[in-house]
Amino acid sequence: MLDLSLAQVRTALRTRKVSARELARAQLDAVAALNPRLNAFITVTPDLAERHAAAADAALARGEHGPLTGIPLAIKDLFCTEGVRTTAASRILDTFVPPYESTVTANLLRDGAVFLGKANLDEFAMGSSNMTSAFGPVANPWTRTGDNRPLVPGGSSGGSAAAVAARLAFGATATDTGGSIRQPASFCGIAGIKPTYGRCSRWGVVAFASSLDQAGPLARSVEDCAILLGSMAGFDAKDSTSADLAVPDFAAACARGVKGLRIGVPREYRSDSMAPEIEALWQQGVGWLRQQGAEIIDVSLPHTKYALATYYIVAPAEASSNLARYDGVRFGHRAAGEDLIELYERTRAEGFGAEVRRRIMIGTYVLSAGYYDAYYLRAQKVRALILRDFTEAFRHCDALLTPTAPSAAFGQGEKMDDPVTMYLNDVFTVPANMAGIPGLSVPAGLDAQGLPLGLQVLGRPFDEETVFAVGAAIERAAGFTHRPSIRAGA
Amino acid sequence: MSYVVEGSSGPWEVVIGLEVHAQVVSRAKLFSGAATAFGAEPNTQVSFVDAAFPGMLPVINGVCVAQAVRTGLGLDAQINLVSRFDRKNYFYADLPAGYQISQYQHPIVGAGSVEIELADGSTRRIGVTRLHLEQDAGKSLHDQHPGKSYIDLNRAGVALMEIVSEPDLRSPEEAGAYLRKLRTILRYLGTCDGNMEEGSLRADVNVSVRRHGEPFRTRCEVKNVNSVRYVMQAIEAEAKRQVAVWEDGGTVGQETRLYDVARGATRAMRSKEDAHDYRYFPDPDLLPLVLDAAWVAELGRHLPELPDAKRARFMRDYGLPAYDSAVLVAEQATADFYETVARGRDARLAANWVIGDLFAAFNRTGRGIEDSPVAAAALGELLDLMADGTINGRIAKDVFELMVETGEAPGAIVESRGLRQVTDTGAIDAAIAAVLTANADKLAEYRSGKDKLFGFFVGQTIKSMAGKANPALVNEALKRALG
Repeated sequence: MLDLSLAQVRTALRTRKVSARELARAQLDAVAALNPRLNAFITVTPDLAERHAAAADAALARGEHGPLTGIPLAIKDLFCTEGVRTTAASRILDTFVPPYESTVTANLLRDGAVFLGKANLDEFAMGSSNMTSAFGPVANPWTRTGDNRPLVPGGSSGGSAAAVAARLAFGATATDTGGSIRQPASFCGIAGIKPTYGRCSRWGVVAFASSLDQAGPLARSVEDCAILLGSMAGFDAKDSTSADLAVPDFAAACARGVKGLRIGVPREYRSDSMAPEIEALWQQGVGWLRQQGAEIIDVSLPHTKYALATYYIVAPAEASSNLARYDGVRFGHRAAGEDLIELYERTRAEGFGAEVRRRIMIGTYVLSAGYYDAYYLRAQKVRALILRDFTEAFRHCDALLTPTAPSAAFGQGEKMDDPVTMYLNDVFTVPANMAGIPGLSVPAGLDAQGLPLGLQVLGRPFDEETVFAVGAAIERAAGFTHRPSIRAGA
Repeated sequence: MSYVVEGSSGPWEVVIGLEVHAQVVSRAKLFSGAATAFGAEPNTQVSFVDAAFPGMLPVINGVCVAQAVRTGLGLDAQINLVSRFDRKNYFYADLPAGYQISQYQHPIVGAGSVEIELADGSTRRIGVTRLHLEQDAGKSLHDQHPGKSYIDLNRAGVALMEIVSEPDLRSPEEAGAYLRKLRTILRYLGTCDGNMEEGSLRADVNVSVRRHGEPFRTRCEVKNVNSVRYVMQAIEAEAKRQVAVWEDGGTVGQETRLYDVARGATRAMRSKEDAHDYRYFPDPDLLPLVLDAAWVAELGRHLPELPDAKRARFMRDYGLPAYDSAVLVAEQATADFYETVARGRDARLAANWVIGDLFAAFNRTGRGIEDSPVAAAALGELLDLMADGTINGRIAKDVFELMVETGEAPGAIVESRGLRQVTDTGAIDAAIAAVLTANADKLAEYRSGKDKLFGFFVGQTIKSMAGKANPALVNEALKRALG
């Protein structure tokens, strides 16, 4: 049962083949069994799940159901949940219990979801491996063929992705600032979409880089992602950057097909250093879409090569300011000090991990007097050029197809010597954040070591429907039915 | 003669610019729905946004934007239809987010001006560089506990308008006049209550000195001065200090200073080297603030009459001197009071009564125009009683005092106390006869040519009639009697 898709289990719930409580208990049992190995959850909330499930059963008994009634979900521990500890995987928030519910999670509760707990992540969503969590790394449910050493699930939404892949939840909330939904989706063999900036409210989501952060779902199918996004999205007057647009029927868009669509293949995403398997999968994806009636065209995004460097100026700059509030004065971890300055220094030195401290320092530096113009201002100009590249490309095509990540999942502890090596994981995903456009990763195949690889579909702003249509077409063609070795029921 | 500081080596000119922080009149804060009432229990007017809890986001309060635009219009200033909010980053315990949301590069209001009036009757137009919206910080309380500081976030996030002047001011008097005039304009607009004791209006004063004709020298900023008087004192003290530094062969360094009221001197707070690097950048939580030109124009159409226009009208329509007009328009409530009294009456007499007797009564009773002991309508009635000859001017003063004391209507006071003016010529003639008899010596002097004694007889006659005699009739009768 836990192996069903969200859409399937939803039918099972509505036809009363299974009760929400039975489902929640089965799911919680699986979490209890596997979380010690995966560390996908920082906090499991069985009581809350029981309560939500009981309410779902009552609603189903009355014949009333929302789009997600009774569906067990994992919530990335970056979303504030009322009365449930929210840590951002940081020591500095290890005791923080928000007195409010984020808009996105409130929307999910409105639609009947059951919350299993808070999923692990890179500290403050800063990382591509989930190695920076103050609550320990997450293990990818996938392992290399014949090699049991733990791999990373990707990051920052590594706990969410691992939980979904291991059948510990039917879906999960995640956030994506530079690839934090799409890269873990690719590493864990599941689907995930970063919608258009402004599609989901950021209210109540612990901020990393405000102009880039965007919430989205992770699930085992494109359609499941569409169902979840339909509930998560929507205008929120409490977020000034939220888009005042109606939420389309994303799930319906999955069945549209790609006949007549023009799919762009950006030549700048190709490099000599790209792994042949990834190059081959990309070509295969192009072939699948062509076979289903799409027109493939070659497009150019000339400023792509600056995207990663620009991202690592903009994101740390905003983070350095966003994280100033964690000062030990009003909430969270506090270390005693002789005076205010010492209190700040000790609190933040103890509370933040190395990667967070590194980014705060980079961000502080690039905003400093005398450096602002050379770094931050220049980065903003490049950002405008990146957006212009996409705008120009979308005059000629309806969506773009690229690989999601330059590699499959790597081992825990690998790529840790040099932060830049780790940052390179985001090279294909970062441009969409810089431009604010939607991007979806869909599992498309396995590499030679038996690890999943994803393809990325990028679309026009607020045209997630086309992105879903293309993603679903790839999903159908790929027929990806592989499952990870570590999973519920295995 | 323009204001100078006399140094041992000659006169020095003083150059002053003011940065005024004016708290916006609005029920809610600039970016949160929390209330803004003054004097509430600590930390009772704080939302999670104000306390910068994780995931909380600012949403601009449209009322505050309208107030800033109205203020800009009232200062004859450029309204920028696109402006932007920036983050000013620094750590302090009463700054919850670790940054203040302010407008750094693109303020909502650009260049404008304020006309000031000086004691010698001259006027000067002082340039306003800009006005921008920003959040106030909270308050640190260091005196509540020997080893701890307390934080009150009630004020955190309250909307302020920072109004920056050009360095156009040249004396403490001009600075005082500018601040008072600005306060008057803000109060007319209802965009700031101007209450300096409660901190609704505070000024940072930039001061430098120079020899006549020189370019500007280095300035110092005296922070957070909270009364017109202290602004003027602080300028004088700081200018004298700088003159002394220069004349001793030293150099004035750019620094932030505080005015110590008790010592009457400024002292260093932090130097440029210790200054924060605020790392300004556009707040990514907020979109650029874009205003609709038609909306701005609509706000402009509904602005109240402002003090300069009102003063001109008082001079033109009521025939009042410039000084009286300026005094009457300084507070809108006073101007309204005056106009109620003056309407359909002798406008100059009305002005004399308001500025003279009414203001004297305020001083005596400790009350003001908002809780005036005499209503405008009642003062008007008093003027009517004089105009129709029911009482004379002398009695009117007594009636006014009784009005202040008792709150009774003037007509009732006149009737109940029998103060009606005597116009019975028989009674007047009799009183004159008695006065002349009692003052036979003065009468002889008068008759021998001391004409000035006529006034003495008038006064004595009116006095003998308890002040109630009609002075014109007394004059006439006395002329006849002395014929």
